[in-house]
Formats: sequence, C-alpha cells, structure tokens
Amino acid sequence: MNLPNEAKINYLNYPKGLKSWLLTVDHKRIGVMYLAAITLFFAIGGLLALVIRTELFTPDNMFLTKKMYNQMFTLHGAIMIFLFIIPSIPAALGNFILPIQIGAKDVAFPRLNLASWYIYVFGSLFCLYSIWEGAVDTGWTFYTPYSSTTDTSVVSMMLGVFILGFSSIFTGLNFIVTVHKLRAPGMTWYKMPLMIWGLYATAIIQVLATPVLGITVVLLILERTLGMGIFDPAMGGDPVLFQHFFWFYSHPAVYIMILPGMGIISELIATFSHKKIFGYKAIAFSSLGIAFTSFLVWAHHMFTSGQSEFAAMIFSFLTFFVGIPSGIKVFNWVATMYKGSIDLKTPMLYAISFLILFSVGGLTGIFLGALSVDIHLHDTYFIVAHFHYTMMGGTVMALLGGLHYWWPKMFGRMYSEFWGRIACAFIFIGFNMTFFTQFILGTRGMPRRYATYMDQFQPLHGFSSIGSYVLGFGFLIMAIYLIHSLRNGKIASANPWGALTFEWETTSPPHPHNFEHEPKVTHGPYDFDTVLREREE
Amino acid sequence: MDSTSSTYLPTPSSTIAPEVDALFNFILLASFAIFVIVVAVTLYFSWRYRRKVAGDGLTYGVDHNIKLEILWTTIPTILILIVFVWGFKTYIKMNVVPGDAIEIKATGQKWFWTFDYKEGANLVNELVVPVNKPIKLLLSSQDVIHSLFVPAFRIKMDVLPNRYTITWFEATHTGEFDLFCTEFCGDGHSEMIGKVKVLPPDEYAIWLEKSSVLGEGLTLEEYGAELYKTKACYTCHSLDGSLIQGPSFKGRFGSELTMTDGTTVVSDENYLRESILNPRTKIAEGFKPIMPTFQGILKDRQIDALIAYIKAMNE
Repeated sequence: MNLPNEAKINYLNYPKGLKSWLLTVDHKRIGVMYLAAITLFFAIGGLLALVIRTELFTPDNMFLTKKMYNQMFTLHGAIMIFLFIIPSIPAALGNFILPIQIGAKDVAFPRLNLASWYIYVFGSLFCLYSIWEGAVDTGWTFYTPYSSTTDTSVVSMMLGVFILGFSSIFTGLNFIVTVHKLRAPGMTWYKMPLMIWGLYATAIIQVLATPVLGITVVLLILERTLGMGIFDPAMGGDPVLFQHFFWFYSHPAVYIMILPGMGIISELIATFSHKKIFGYKAIAFSSLGIAFTSFLVWAHHMFTSGQSEFAAMIFSFLTFFVGIPSGIKVFNWVATMYKGSIDLKTPMLYAISFLILFSVGGLTGIFLGALSVDIHLHDTYFIVAHFHYTMMGGTVMALLGGLHYWWPKMFGRMYSEFWGRIACAFIFIGFNMTFFTQFILGTRGMPRRYATYMDQFQPLHGFSSIGSYVLGFGFLIMAIYLIHSLRNGKIASANPWGALTFEWETTSPPHPHNFEHEPKVTHGPYDFDTVLREREE
Repeated sequence: MDSTSSTYLPTPSSTIAPEVDALFNFILLASFAIFVIVVAVTLYFSWRYRRKVAGDGLTYGVDHNIKLEILWTTIPTILILIVFVWGFKTYIKMNVVPGDAIEIKATGQKWFWTFDYKEGANLVNELVVPVNKPIKLLLSSQDVIHSLFVPAFRIKMDVLPNRYTITWFEATHTGEFDLFCTEFCGDGHSEMIGKVKVLPPDEYAIWLEKSSVLGEGLTLEEYGAELYKTKACYTCHSLDGSLIQGPSFKGRFGSELTMTDGTTVVSDENYLRESILNPRTKIAEGFKPIMPTFQGILKDRQIDALIAYIKAMNE
C-alpha cells in the first residue's frame, strides 16, 4: 500500500472510519481496541469491588443478600482475572509495543491477532451473559463439587473462560513467532529490551498452560450437562482432582499476569534513571526461570486439601525457589537507580510504587510457602491481601506506569503531569489502606469469602472499606485527566522521555507502518551512558 | 493474660500454636528487615540521584557487580532454606496424631458442623473437649468441600465429601474459641461458625456423661427448644413468622400446605418427621430443596422433642 507522504499521517487517522478499525490488522489499533475493552472490564470489576467493600463495612448483611454477595465477589474475581488482568499488559500494551520495540512492521500473524481480539470479545459476552442468566456464585476458582451442584449459570461462565483461553493462546503464539522471526537487523537476543523478554516468557506460559484450563472447564461442563462423573463424588468423581487441574493452569497464570509487568518496570526504571540497566542477563533469564518454575508449584494452593505430606514438602520447597528470581529482579531494579539521573515523573512514581508494593507481596508469599504457617493463613484475608499486593500492587502498578509511559506514543498527547502524580498518590495510599489491613484481618483468623463476619473484625474491615474509596477516587482522577488529554493534552514529541528503544525513534503517534525507514540497531536498549554523551557532542 | 499474645495473631491456645507463631515471627522479622532495606535504598536513591536540571541526564554505566549479586542471591536462599525446613518440621508435628488422642467425628454440611462422640453425645456447632489432652478430629462432609479452622489452635483442614481427612490439637487453655468454615460452600458459608469449648478434665467428664443421655430432666417441649438452638435449626427456621431459608415454625403445625408438585399435605406429626429425616421428598411451595437430612443425626426422642416444640409454636 502506498501511503501519502505526509507527516500528519498516523495509525490513528489513517485510514478513517469505524470499518477500518473493526477490520484492521494493524497491531497498534488492535492494541488500542484491547485497551478500551480491558478498561471497561476494569471499571466493572472495580465497581463490584466497591460494592463488596461497602457491604463489608458492617458485620451483618446491609444491602446485599448472602447469595448476592457471593455472586458479587465471584464476578469481581472472574472479571478481573479473565477479562482484565490476563489480557491487560500482553494484549493491550504488548500488542502496541512489542512489534515496534523490535523494529517490526507488525506481528507475525496480523489476521490471527485481529481474530484473537474478536474471540476475546465473544468470550467476554458469554461471561457477561452468565451474569444476566443467574450470576455464578462459586468464587473465581470454581471449586467442585460446589460448582457441579450450584444452580447458578456455571456453564455459560465456563464457556466464556474456554473461549477466552483461545484468545490468550493465539496472542502468545503470535508473540513467540514475532520475537523469533521479525526482529530488526542487528537486534540480537541480548539487544532486545527487557519488556520483550517479559512478554516472550509470558507467551510461553500462555501457550503451554492455557490448554489445561480449557480441558478442565470442558470436563466441568460435561459433568454438569451430561452427568459424567469426573469431579462430583456423588457421580463417582474426585473433587480434589479439579483443584490440581485448575491450579496447574492458574498458578502459571499468576506469572502470565506479573511477568509482562516486570518487563515494563525494567523499561521505566532504566529510562527515568537514564541509566544502563543493572544485571540485564540476570533479569532476562530470571523471566525464563520464573516461567519454567511456575509449572512446578501448583499444589502450594492445596496444603490443607488432604494431599500427602510428601507432596506438600516438595511443593513447599519448589515454591521458595520461584521466589528467588523475583527477589533478584527487585534488587537489580534498585541497583539500576544507583548513580542514575532520576526523573520522578508519573511513570517512575508507579515504578517505585511497584518496587514497594511488590516487595510486600513477594515477602508475604514466604509466610504462605512455609508449611506450618500456611495452615493458619490459608483461605483467610491474608491470602486476599497477598494476591492483591502482587496482582494490583505489582501488575496494575506496572500497567499504570506503562500506560502513562506510552500514552504520548499511543495518542500523541501528553497527560497532565500534576494530576498524574496526585492520582498516583491517592492510588498508593488508598491501596495500602485497603489491603494492608487485610493482612492483619487474616492473621487474626478472618476467613475469606464471608458475606457476614463477627463483630470483632469490624474496625479493620471498616478501615479497609474507607481505603477502597480513596483508591477508587484516585482512579476517577486518572480517568478524567487521561480522557481530557486525548483532545487537550500538549502535543507529544517523538521521544518525550529521552528513551533509547525503537518505539521512541518513530513519530508520536506512529506511522501506520510503524517506521518510515527500516530501523537499524546502533546501540543497546539501555546504553544511556554512551548514547546520551554522543548525542550531546 | 498471656505474655505471648500479640496484636496480630490470636492468643496461642494449643500446643502447636507457639511453634507456628515462632516461625511466623521469624519470617516477619526477616522480611521486615529486607523490606526496610529495599525501600530505604530505593527512596534514598530517588532523592540522592534525582535529576536536578532538566535535560541533564548523563550517567555512567554500572551494570554489574559480581560480589553484590552473589551476596543478594545467597543470603535470601539461605534464609528461605531455614524457613522451609522449619515450616516442614512443625507441619509434620501437625500431621502426626499422638497415640492417646481422643477421637471425635466431625461432619461438615451446608451449613453447620456436627460432632459425634464415641460415648453417644452429639453436638451441632459446638465442640467440647478437655484441656491438655490431644484430640483427633476425623473429618468428612455430607455435600461440598468445607474446611475446619480454629485460629486460636492454628489448625485447618479441608473436609471432603469422598474421603476422610484428619487433624488434631491439644488445647492449652480452657475457654471458648471460634471455629470457622474456610472453604467457600454457598449461601450460609459465613454462618457456618461454631465454638470449641475447652473444659477442665473433671468438668469434661461430667459434661460427657450428662450429654450422652438425651434431654434428661426436661419436658419434650423444653428439650425441643434446646435442640432448636444446639442443632442450629434457627439458621433456616424462624419462630416469629419471618422467612429465612425455610418456613417459620410459627403456625406451621396442622396447616394445609401446597407442595411444589401441586398436591396438598396437612402438616401433621408424620409430615414433620418425614421433613426432618427425608426433607427433600415433599417440598412446600415457595421453598427450595436445600435442607439436609438429619437421618442418623437425631435420635427418636430428639425428633419427638422437636415436633413437640413446633406444635408449641402454634400457641
């Protein structure tokens, strides 16, 4: 296709029309379409969370029946996990950034990429339909035999999850091939930005683990519709088998959620410190190490399930070894800041928030990996706090940092730095108020998934609920200034942060084909020490 | 009252609890130290190396330091190996039941706990045990997966429908302790709460003897009133005409009821007895077949007592 040779042509305005968006094979547009979809689901999931926290303000049922409460927390979990966080960084930001960062025109299979967006939308419609038909009340973990016997619409939710899985597999497959085959001349593996290593490790897990989830939900559907006894003991099945299948996917899935976030953090800390990243290879290989080890720890979710003590010992041991690479990454990021030139812009504030919150998330994981302590903490609010610190304090902070970082590149406008910092402060403080409290609740013995609770837990629950409003307010501010910036923000330059990866060499927003000339690798992604000096001379 | 109680962990009240708490506190201390170092260094660097003049961003590459990297890999590795071994050792103790333990059968079902004693006593949502004596709980479920959790004892074990699981504890304090269900099991999950009552050995012996006889010294109606509470009928059946999960006892006896299949039934003694033993054979209109069977849980005299009590609700 010959494009008009004008500077004003970019992927957003050429070609024009709704149809050109809905049938686009441009990875940037597909990324933006994913971004719109995950934002919508994050808003729905977030509102559900606020409803839950409001209900939990008092010990007794306030405005929800117990059943409605159970449906609310199930939907919050299912939407946040399957519709928001799994596709968030890889499919939205990753789609936009991955091909540009390696100097490619697009992903390896552009049509498959568009198909995975439609499959995602199709799958999410099934999930939403299940709300209307009788919202699922099993928890996002769908444990049998409760899920085999409840009268809510488990089957449509399962179908939704099954379909969504294909979207995830296709994205992963696409990324693996793209990284292998479409890197620009001169971009060797060790010249790839760490974001790419993160996405690559994620893609491997997506392709290898997701089919297991697909098989598991199909078995559950067969049990519910045809009465095949697989998990329900009333039909001769074994309910704990479901837990093994489920966590065989869902534990690696935790790393589908966090690895791409770690990729973003590497970019942010290096760029905003103008500093060569510390321990490039350690970070890159720890991503692959985490991806590999993540398949070997699933039964640490099941220490109280009645599994053998021997199995518990093995899984506890392996669990600790998935923690080491994550710890090494954190140390490397902090070391990168040493003698840097640190610019505390909004994305960097999110990166620092990530370092603090993810450290809490990681360190509290040690309590849960230790067998004797886990027996006390399992299925209490300690777990709830722990995974929110890793998923929200980790992945979502990275996502928000990445969103602000690439916002000028995606939309050609700058967001308000002032309001960006204010919103970050609200989110950081609100998050800690909401979830740190829950560590104490859990340690004191408050079980999770309780619609009502004993009076002694009220002060902490009340404080946590207030925190959730502060958190929600932070997101409200962010929504306002980001939407406002789309039309009214300052025009962004090609490289507002002085970063060195390929996406900053093209215009903001990029040309429909990403680059006007094929980019060439002249330096490593983080060679700030040499490149900035050369530029100054 | 206890020097080891803290603001975050419940007062340790079993032999295993102090061991669990010791590891908890060790991890807390170690991770707090690591956390403080990471955060302090991060914040110090953010301030010390902040970009003072816009555009002045020249730095020198410091991209590795073998000594430092070995240090920050080995220290955490050693720490987690300590935690792993320590956690495993206590865990094994939590799983090896002493030979002289008193065995009590615990059953979970939607949404209450039943505890059966060899001597014949049976209790709902209340587990009575002697202090300083190991207690073995043999657990199973009548329906979905539940999980028995006593925070003060630091014990938790899933309760499965297709096999038995075992947990044990030895209480070190007398008193009452909360017992929770911690595996999500449906609408009544958050009310599937019981109590562990720890008695001195002599009081326990007296209690056990008395409780193994059914409602001695009480009229049927009085005994029924007691069972209404102890067997947790109140979680689903009110006395004042309001609807919870099931019909209220008020005015229920003798009324003519329409069933979901359209037939009508007079709510007499036989209907009530059938509804207690086989609750899902006849379902009154407006209700769901969710009541569990009490077959094997209630003895004849107890059923008689409950019927007498329901009758009394007409007055």
